[in-house]
Amino acid sequence: MKKNVSTKIINKSKMNYDLDLLKYMYKKMLLIRRFEEKAGQLYGMGKIGGFCHLYIGQEAVVVGIQSAQIEGDSIVTSYRDHGHMIACDMDPKGVMAELTGRAEGYSKGKGGSMHMFSREKGFFGGHGIVAAQVPIGAGLAFAHKYNGNKNVCITYFGDGAANQGQVYESYNIASLWQLPVIFVIENNKYGMGTSVNRSSAGDNLSDRGKAYGIKSEIVDGMDIIAVREAAIKAIEYCRLGKGPYILEMKTYRYRGHSMSDPAKYRTRDEVEQIRKTSDPIENIKVLLNDMGVVDKVLKDIDVEIKSIIADAAKFAQESPEPSASELYTDITIN
Amino acid sequence: MTIEILMPALSPTMEEGTLAKWLVNEGDSISSGDLIAEIETDKATMEVEAVDDGKIGKLLVPAGTEGVKVNTPIALLIDSTESPHTSIKTIADKPYLEKEKITTELKTDKLITLEPNSSIITVREALRNAMAEEMRSDEKVFVMGEEVAEYQGAYKVTQGLLDEFGNKRVYDTPITEHGFAGIGIGAAFGNLKPIVEFMTFNFAMQAMDQIINSAAKTLYMSGGQMGCPIVFRGPNGAASRVAAQHSQCYASWYSHCPGLKVVSPWSSKDAKGLLKSAIRDPDPVIFLENEVMYGQSFSCPDDNNFLVPIGQANIEKEGSDVTIIAFSIMVGKSLEAAGILNEKGIKAEVINLRSLRPLDIETIINSVKKTNRAVTCEEGFPFAGIGAEISAAINENAFDWLDAPVKRVTGKDVPMPYAANLEKLALPQVDDIVNACSDVCYES
Repeated sequence: MKKNVSTKIINKSKMNYDLDLLKYMYKKMLLIRRFEEKAGQLYGMGKIGGFCHLYIGQEAVVVGIQSAQIEGDSIVTSYRDHGHMIACDMDPKGVMAELTGRAEGYSKGKGGSMHMFSREKGFFGGHGIVAAQVPIGAGLAFAHKYNGNKNVCITYFGDGAANQGQVYESYNIASLWQLPVIFVIENNKYGMGTSVNRSSAGDNLSDRGKAYGIKSEIVDGMDIIAVREAAIKAIEYCRLGKGPYILEMKTYRYRGHSMSDPAKYRTRDEVEQIRKTSDPIENIKVLLNDMGVVDKVLKDIDVEIKSIIADAAKFAQESPEPSASELYTDITIN
Repeated sequence: MTIEILMPALSPTMEEGTLAKWLVNEGDSISSGDLIAEIETDKATMEVEAVDDGKIGKLLVPAGTEGVKVNTPIALLIDSTESPHTSIKTIADKPYLEKEKITTELKTDKLITLEPNSSIITVREALRNAMAEEMRSDEKVFVMGEEVAEYQGAYKVTQGLLDEFGNKRVYDTPITEHGFAGIGIGAAFGNLKPIVEFMTFNFAMQAMDQIINSAAKTLYMSGGQMGCPIVFRGPNGAASRVAAQHSQCYASWYSHCPGLKVVSPWSSKDAKGLLKSAIRDPDPVIFLENEVMYGQSFSCPDDNNFLVPIGQANIEKEGSDVTIIAFSIMVGKSLEAAGILNEKGIKAEVINLRSLRPLDIETIINSVKKTNRAVTCEEGFPFAGIGAEISAAINENAFDWLDAPVKRVTGKDVPMPYAANLEKLALPQVDDIVNACSDVCYES
């Protein structure tokens, strides 16, 4: 779907948005949410091990940006990566099977939640070390530029990662070398249990690009239309060879940092308040209703997604564990 | 009053240089700080400033003279009231070479045998040739690092690459190892073949997370999808008098980690053949050079397709009584030791490992089965070092063939001291190898 989506906005009014595009975005976001809910459920049942970081609440960020990309663009992100993979059209079955550590997972069960990849879909991970993906994203952008193609790399990282030194080393080089990289800060207000204002000096994380001459913009990351429009602008800028761009997405995660997070650092009310007033899926649902899409149509989408997720969960539990011989494969290529 | 202006040492490892050009003439008056000469070292051409005021009485070493040893008088400075040539005849009436003061450790030049279809080149030239040849044949290969382009390389290893390949293939980076190592890795994930130069591997510790967690492990974590064809290269180990933070051997650090290949050349032939293999390799390769070796010359094949396979050791000298296992600069010291041992009637076999991971255990074991004795040599610390690994491998594979416990010659278990005498004590010397070999042969 994403490849056929027009990246031209006819007019800034949301009502003039292409209905198919809106339905596509609704479906994608809902797929991510239902996937994550199922992952949380399987984790509770002990079917998924280790760390598991859910993306619930942040869906508009990745779906909005993905809707502005073209074939050949690359994406790289942190360990909160399930949503990005689904947005890249990776198969929910393969993603879920990786979560359960099975042979048919995207990494043959050897990567797990935080380390999944699909070169075919332009998804370069899935990186477990906070901010390590930022220079890697700049490097992928370097490769696009070196090869002379018009592609860009979307590099996602959180507000916690935004304080890591390697982010600024990457800003510096990306700006010096005019690399086609869009740094997307998914500011969900908490780096694990520490709120942004307790960890980050200065007003906005996006301001930090100014020192490197990098253009930036703060975006309401709960509004998918705003995300898409900002992404179109940033990607266009990068594609023209003007260098990197920073998008700071103000977003929110409903669940804990990981499944083992007791979430004592914020109140239940805070979460509920945002859910009620700014939920990205509810927002687009209202818009679709306003545009005349009847509940029946949305309900059909829900049913379709439920079935995709049920299949993925079943597949992930039935897929065999990797064979013992896999222990010693993929260490080096030769 | 006459002051001798001496050939200055312009880098920690400089022993001699070329007096490229005089910027003053006899009879010129100079003040301290004035530029008086250009001197070319093995790293760079540098301008030399006068330290004292006065008049140039005589230029003792003509411009263009090569091989002028450090501390050789190169000019005489006289009082500005004196006229040149009057007071100096007695001091400087002989050519400079006969006046040479430096006699410490006069090494006899070793004889280099020129092999067929080869040239005598330095390790530095071999490394550069390897990069240039691979860059000519594969457009995906590029070089990045601190001072690799316009400065022509901190140690001149990348000299000329910018001129030939331009700024789309050779990139000066800021001094941010963590960031540029990560960018190199990202480019490798994007199917390019980066050669990332670290000015020294001491600085690569800043990039350790990217090297280990991103470059080495991602192939495994992706179920084989994410190959990372990258070379990290630069000088490793001790240089000369640069103390603890700039003098460490990282061979065992990198060799510890699955997912990496680790190689360390000794000769020009190793350097060229291994670097070309490393660049062509689909996996991340750590390429550990040695600053002291850069200027040393060896016979090296001219062939563009000459490769030294990764994982293959070389027996540099055959022997029957004891096996010396070494890599990098320690190979040369081991060969010197073997020469001394030979005079004592002990015939040592010297193995040049060339690759540390994968380690050529077969060559080591076959040799030990023949000699029944083994001594390992490395500059690194002893604890959990390469020698410990080799010793374990010998125990596991050739225990019944051993006539003596394996001995390790290593750097001392201390941070590298600065003082010349202490530094010498901290580094493994030829005598240490000779003694260790004598010990395992039960000869005193």
